[in-house]
Amino acid sequence: MINKIWGSFIIIGIVYCLLTGKIEILNSEILNSSTTALDMVIKIFPVMALWLGIMNIAVKSGLLKKMSKLFYPILRLLFPEIPKNHESLSLMSSNMIANMFGLGSAATPFGLKAMQSLQELNKKKDTASRSMITFLVINTSGMTLIPTTIISLRMMYKSVSPTKIVIPCILATLFATIGGLLIDRLLAKRR
Amino acid sequence: MNNISNLILPIIVLIIILYGFIKKIDIYDVFVEGSKESFDLVLTMFPCLLAMIFGINIFIKSGILNDLFNFIKIGFVPTDIFPMIMMRPISGNSSLAILNSIFENNGPDSFIGFLASIIQGSTDTTFYILTLYFGSIGIKKIRYALWAGLFADLIGIVSAILMAKIFF
Repeated sequence: MINKIWGSFIIIGIVYCLLTGKIEILNSEILNSSTTALDMVIKIFPVMALWLGIMNIAVKSGLLKKMSKLFYPILRLLFPEIPKNHESLSLMSSNMIANMFGLGSAATPFGLKAMQSLQELNKKKDTASRSMITFLVINTSGMTLIPTTIISLRMMYKSVSPTKIVIPCILATLFATIGGLLIDRLLAKRR
Repeated sequence: MNNISNLILPIIVLIIILYGFIKKIDIYDVFVEGSKESFDLVLTMFPCLLAMIFGINIFIKSGILNDLFNFIKIGFVPTDIFPMIMMRPISGNSSLAILNSIFENNGPDSFIGFLASIIQGSTDTTFYILTLYFGSIGIKKIRYALWAGLFADLIGIVSAILMAKIFF
């Protein structure tokens, strides 16, 4: 699957560049992509180091477990196959809380730790488990309560009502999450 | 609103440190130990990110998407929004750049500016999350994950258009 997508991106891109004569762009893209990737990693790295440190305090002090109780009823429903009190549940709820407040950079380390934790329960280590996909869908559908980046961007461009987007955003993200979860359940049953 | 969101981060940090303090755990050592894990995560992340960026950048910079949009025209949504719609699941940075240019050209209070804000705010970068999350734990067979993620994006974008129509 991932092989086909990745391959077609590159093949279509290169062939189209050759057809339309964008050879220079092609050359610079091929050489620059590693720098771009390194830049991204360098940007994420310090934030992650900081949050993994702080998060470890939350884990070891038992705060994370307490917090996750809030999400417990929903999570039980979405992830029936995860044993009670498993660490992944509290990590996933922390990821959701961070996402809701638009703290994407804080959400990512929680999400990565949650995935590691889900991997412990996974029987086939190279294949995505059902819970992993459900968690992924929750993440890709946004789940934002306060889209901080966009509000500040709107302020920067002198919008008369920068926060006007909050309610429509919440509704749209809610529909996306519900729709995504429904299709996730459907596809999970089919296979 | 901005003031409130500025408070969230410090308050979360305060609560976590305070709670650890009360529970009398070695907060300093625990912090350092947790922070060390970031090295492993970054090392496993880098090759996956590189692979994805390599593929996506060649695809995007070839201009094939932009050229396609000149052929597609749907009446009730502004055509200028299409690059944003296509880019949103693939690359967060590119869609943010498009949002910037829409604000620059049409202003944040125009209909297209309003719609673009909602699209940016109501979905997330599926390809990035997929690569990062699965790559970091060595998942190679992703099964139906991409379709479920893209379907959620589609619903998000359709609802964003509806919401923009209703609330504008």
